[in-house]
Amino acid sequence: MNNNLYNYILGIADNSLILGQRLGELTGHGPSLETDIACTNISLDLFGQVRSYFQYAAKIAGDDRTEDDIAMLRKERDYVNVLLVEQPNTNFAYTMARQFLFDVYHLAFLSELEKSKDLTLSAIAKKCIKEVRYHERFSSDWVKRLGDGTAESKTKMQNAINDLWTYTDELFHQTEADKAMVKEGIGVDVTKLKEAYYNNVKELLEEATLEIPESKYFQKGGKKGIHTEHLGYLLAELQYMQRAYPNMEW
Amino acid sequence: MATKNWPLWEIFVRSKNGLEHRHFGSLHAADAEMALENARDVYTRRNEGVSIWVVESKNITASNPEHNGELFEPAQDKVYRHPTFYDLPDEVKHM
Repeated sequence: MNNNLYNYILGIADNSLILGQRLGELTGHGPSLETDIACTNISLDLFGQVRSYFQYAAKIAGDDRTEDDIAMLRKERDYVNVLLVEQPNTNFAYTMARQFLFDVYHLAFLSELEKSKDLTLSAIAKKCIKEVRYHERFSSDWVKRLGDGTAESKTKMQNAINDLWTYTDELFHQTEADKAMVKEGIGVDVTKLKEAYYNNVKELLEEATLEIPESKYFQKGGKKGIHTEHLGYLLAELQYMQRAYPNMEW
Repeated sequence: MATKNWPLWEIFVRSKNGLEHRHFGSLHAADAEMALENARDVYTRRNEGVSIWVVESKNITASNPEHNGELFEPAQDKVYRHPTFYDLPDEVKHM
């Protein structure tokens, strides 16, 4: 089994899995029927992407583990998603700010992954990128609406951006698996995405009449399995059925 | 604040190229752009469409059901207004 490739796929897929779960929490609780359905749609898009990645990972693992085992039966420290995507739905501004800060990265990442020498990853990226282009359109639209909206919506969006900003730098950290895969022409060199990312994000924040946070201190650890307190609760909910009724199926 | 509703929009979807846009339903949105996005999520998530029109409901002028008598009933006994009394040559199809 190619450990680097396996870990590399998990590094991509866990972001979508955890973000999808977060958005799924809003099912039936969105601020309006229309936004509720939109968030659920995005969540389903992300879960669909996760399935493609984990099916591939299960194939690479070559033992009897399935996509569900990989998604549901790991311990907290074995999840390698970035800290950003596990942050809670504090309010709708946080949900959209988190989505926006991730989508801009996700879109740039997939545009590069399309060029991967690994044909499966490249095919998955080609399929996902259309979905993510819409996610990015949806979330940046809401950042603009709330930022350039009422005094109250502006305060909420600014607070969300300020709080989540500290998790953005980690998106561009390389893991060992990253480095190995970049060397083989399979992986994306995320360090090269950083400059364009911050330019795009700043441009939109200016359009949304929001202030760009100046914080120089950034949180990290998710990619190494060291998470914020929020992930444990999320996993408890995500994994409950498989833990309570092992091997249950629909 | 939350009691203030977004305006209502009527959604028209063209399900295939070549077909006309049909009324699919209505939804709430703050403006046209959001109405399009919401319509995409509410009405076309199962591959129902290739084009969407949105019209704010207040811009539609509807006939009053109370006037149905004078508007529509006089047409009921005038079958000769349908072009059903012509002999069509066999070569003419799809009429």
